[in-house]
Amino acid sequence: MSRIELRVNGRDVEVEADGRTLLTHALRDHLRLTGTHIGCDTSQCGSCTVHVDGKAVKSCTMLAVQAAGCDILTIEGLANGRELHPMQAAFNDFHGLQCGFCTPGMIMMAVDIVNRHGRPDEATVRAELEGNLCRCTGYHNIIKAVCAGAERMGEVA
Amino acid sequence: MNETVSNGKFGQSVKRVEDARLITGRGRFVDDLVFPGQTHAAFVRSPYAHAAIAGIDLESARNMPGVIRIFTGRELADAGLPPLPSGWNLSSVDGTPARVGLHHALAVDAIRFVGEPVALVIAETRDQARDAADAVLVEYQELPTVVDLAAAIADGAPQLHDGIAQNRAFEWEIGGSAEVDAAFAAATRRVTLSLRNNRLIPNAIEPRAINVQWSAFDQAMTIYLTHQNPIGMRGFFAIMLGLPSENNLRVVSPDVGGGFGSKAPAYAEEFAVAFAAKMLDRPVKWTAERSESFLTDAHGRDHLTTAELAMDDDGRFLGLRVHTLANLGAYISTSNALVVSYMYATMLSGQYAIPAIHARVEGVYTNTCPVDAYRGAGRPEAAYLIERLANIAAREIGVDQAEIRRRNFIRQFPYQTPLIYCYDSGDYEGCLDAALGLADYPGFAARKAESQARGKLRGIGLSAYVEACGIGPSKLLASLGGGGAMWESCEIRVQPGGSIEVLTGAHNHGQGHQTVYAQIVSERFGVPMDSINVVQGDTNRIQAGTGTYGSRASVGLSAAVHSCDKIVAKGRAIVAHMLEVDLADVVFADGIYSSAASNRTVTFVEMAQAAHGAASFPTDQIEPGLVATSFFDPPNFTYPAGVHVCEVEIDPETGVVEVVAFNAADDFGNVANPLIVEGQVHGGVTQGIAQALWENALYDPDNAQLMTASYMDYGMPRADSLPEFGLCFWPSPTPVNPLGMKGCGEAGAIGAPPAVINAVCDALGMDHIDMPASPEKIWQLCRTREVS
Repeated sequence: MSRIELRVNGRDVEVEADGRTLLTHALRDHLRLTGTHIGCDTSQCGSCTVHVDGKAVKSCTMLAVQAAGCDILTIEGLANGRELHPMQAAFNDFHGLQCGFCTPGMIMMAVDIVNRHGRPDEATVRAELEGNLCRCTGYHNIIKAVCAGAERMGEVA
Repeated sequence: MNETVSNGKFGQSVKRVEDARLITGRGRFVDDLVFPGQTHAAFVRSPYAHAAIAGIDLESARNMPGVIRIFTGRELADAGLPPLPSGWNLSSVDGTPARVGLHHALAVDAIRFVGEPVALVIAETRDQARDAADAVLVEYQELPTVVDLAAAIADGAPQLHDGIAQNRAFEWEIGGSAEVDAAFAAATRRVTLSLRNNRLIPNAIEPRAINVQWSAFDQAMTIYLTHQNPIGMRGFFAIMLGLPSENNLRVVSPDVGGGFGSKAPAYAEEFAVAFAAKMLDRPVKWTAERSESFLTDAHGRDHLTTAELAMDDDGRFLGLRVHTLANLGAYISTSNALVVSYMYATMLSGQYAIPAIHARVEGVYTNTCPVDAYRGAGRPEAAYLIERLANIAAREIGVDQAEIRRRNFIRQFPYQTPLIYCYDSGDYEGCLDAALGLADYPGFAARKAESQARGKLRGIGLSAYVEACGIGPSKLLASLGGGGAMWESCEIRVQPGGSIEVLTGAHNHGQGHQTVYAQIVSERFGVPMDSINVVQGDTNRIQAGTGTYGSRASVGLSAAVHSCDKIVAKGRAIVAHMLEVDLADVVFADGIYSSAASNRTVTFVEMAQAAHGAASFPTDQIEPGLVATSFFDPPNFTYPAGVHVCEVEIDPETGVVEVVAFNAADDFGNVANPLIVEGQVHGGVTQGIAQALWENALYDPDNAQLMTASYMDYGMPRADSLPEFGLCFWPSPTPVNPLGMKGCGEAGAIGAPPAVINAVCDALGMDHIDMPASPEKIWQLCRTREVS
């Protein structure tokens, strides 16, 4: 067991975990932040995407001990209190989710795409979301939501 | 699409109510739940596809850290866990019942597909359970395997189940064989087709999960289960677990992360976990890993079919003869006997007036994962067959693919097909014209020439599908072998303060029920949507229900309408006393009760308060309170239909097929929420395109190992795979329910595959190519054609 100190959603926390514990399990099982989902066991689906030091990371690809000292942002920390992040609001406005299981990972990835590309065009969004699987939406409304969310993030910034 | 609004009526694009929790990480899925004393389960699974179990050594696994107990199949069977129940009783054409291979929750003597569970480990943590599962030593005696349908029914084929020769479960028929023979005798033209409808893996992104609490003291169990039909599952579990009555069991499905049919069956693993929890008296939780989902979530499709279509010289369809081998997998899953028979062959008439049809379906066991409903469940297989035949017929007659359809369309409704179903309503040619307009069909020749100039092959394909939704009436389904109970219930409780609870046995796994039920109740009562709470998925709250599959929203929403009507009517009686006017003079509109005989009005909320106060009306004539329950049994199926037009461009150098345009005109009857319905079409069409081009569950023919068992090997559609779709609605409202709704959930997955393959065949100038039209297959074809 290791004692791991990290910062999650703006708060300093400690986790006692095995060396083999994945970041995604530390978030879900130890910190009870269950908004980060697990949809596969091969790092393909992207449902567990979080931000580590400001960059999107599939949290199943990282050990919890590797995240020691890092600043983690999960879906639970994205909104400002009751005020939705512009990307969250865009997913609601454009019906970018159906069952909602892949959604936290999609939104965290979408914010990262905008952080890197500013206002990406549709082709860029489609290419960048290649590592996030959704089985419900056919991606159409997700693409619309990400483009609209990018516009709104630009207006806020 | 209409303007998007936050609060609206039936027919408006109301933004979803359920999104708020799902976009902020506050959704509650089964794996999110942890109970005091929680234990964790892991399964020991067979690495072989067919083997006898010679022995199981648990010694070292039992001594691993954290292990609480390990169960084998023998132990569970001896303790009284029966084999899995069947959800449908199908008889062969000779009247004998289907030959059912016993399916134990954990294999007892033999395993019959890769991944079949052999033992169940319960430990203090998930990792401990998995470690111990790895340490269980099972001695297998390998047996020969069979994957291929034709091989499975051949003499000398490996036999899966004792006493079931040639792996044949049933030989079922429908339609008039003599009439079809006569039609073929009279026909001047005929076409034939042999095809494989490829096996698919549903892949809801949330894996299956269960968490079971048992209280030995009061013999009460609570099962948290990710499922499409939690209310219906209560009966299955109560019987399987030997509970005294349904009252001893509560089933809860919280948020469910997609289903597509794969969360409708009663599964082996879930029964084993629940039984183990009862024996241990501690909560037991199991969440599938994705690899387990690939291996054991019920797969879809997998038909091998030959068909002949008889025509006259003008291409008018006279008769259709179909023979299908349906791959059941190693066991008959809960609803699969229904899926491969009545859900499939009844739809073979398509949108066409075909006077004589006969179909024979043989259910066959193989060493593969059991098959069951997957988005469309039988109807996509039927539409694919008839829509492929239509294009081959057009080539044979020498007419355009739109024209062959016009010549054969059903034009008068209701229309009784030769195969039980009576289509309710439709405008097939109107829908075709709308779709051709969206797709700029006349402009195709120019686009093809432009592609050709770039060295690309362009093709266009139509499909005109019709399907059956709603599923009912109960009496009809019971007569075909089911247990009846095809109604849905809806209870509406108006609270003393005027807020409203809507309780329904339908269950949401992405369809937006919370929004659509609230839309309808809000409109009927004239109250804002945020005063309405929709409750689903908990047998402690909901008395009765049948879940969500087969686009059954129209059934549950019809029950909601009837409950609304009862509440409004009771309100009129109450208000008549409040206003001291005759009941006949009380009218209700936009949330206000009024009467020409009074200058006072009463709002819906004031009426609700009065109903609970019970001081303004005689309680010996009108009962206090404001609750109504309705059960709606649909008098007929609904028959959504539509025309999909796909345009592809093929690169002969790489064999890659690109979908460059996809347009669809759909008749879903009245549409409750266009925003949500378009989303359903997007998802369905994507799954349909994916079946046609990428998805294929592939078993090694030599040893029945699943070769497409991860997202690295299975062709899931991704964000960069598709163009934007063009959609329009062409509604012919159904007369079979009060809302005129037909259903939209399966349409895309039904209409898209034949449209795509028709386009691919058009581009290549050939009669048929089996799905998926993978780059390798297309490249080989292009290469052979160049050489020849």
